[in-house]
Amino acid sequence: MGTELKPFHVTEKPIDGAPYIDYVTHPGAGAVTLFAGTVREWTNGKRTMYLKYEAYVPMAEKKLAQIGEEIAEKWPGSRTAIVHRIGELAISDVAVIIAVSSPHRRAAYEANEYAIEQIKKVVPIWKKEIWEDGEEWIGDQAYKPEGGQT
Amino acid sequence: MIYLHYFAGLKDAAGKAEEELSWQDGTAADVLQWAKTSYPSFDFSAVQIAVNEEYVLETEPVKSGDHVAFIPPVSGG
Repeated sequence: MGTELKPFHVTEKPIDGAPYIDYVTHPGAGAVTLFAGTVREWTNGKRTMYLKYEAYVPMAEKKLAQIGEEIAEKWPGSRTAIVHRIGELAISDVAVIIAVSSPHRRAAYEANEYAIEQIKKVVPIWKKEIWEDGEEWIGDQAYKPEGGQT
Repeated sequence: MIYLHYFAGLKDAAGKAEEELSWQDGTAADVLQWAKTSYPSFDFSAVQIAVNEEYVLETEPVKSGDHVAFIPPVSGG
């Protein structure tokens, strides 16, 4: 590798889970959960050709790190690493990887799910679906993080 | 001078990702109002504002040198 892994990272390069499993594994851990979010072809009856992600990279990496800190507080002994890919992604490409280690498996599952839910709420990353007959930024009518409807 | 950052649909509507705006004193709400007036085709109703990479309320002061980002509803993951 030659370069040190950034535990909270937004990148244009393809991503792979193995280094993140290694990164979060430590002697106090008894479980590691690895979540990979992949590009789905069909959404609500519409066929996606490919996706385009963009991010406010410095803020997104800060927010990912904040999620890691929250997990360490809520599930003591847990360690988190998250990488999100941006740019153009093809069907079945991996868009996001979340690795969480915890002393016991239940915490590792719960914390991992917490991470993806927080990503979808507060991390400034956007997805555009490109179909055969058009395209649209997703999230336009969705969740507003603070003040406003949930 | 403040630095504005646009993303997703707002970037498309503005035709640019960033711009500079000469600025004295004001709040995030004032910057939002400027953007609404400048890019009337975009629906700002669900947009959050971040100043220097942190979400803020519209009452947040904005000073010269600040980076103000308009954050449409996010859709990562």
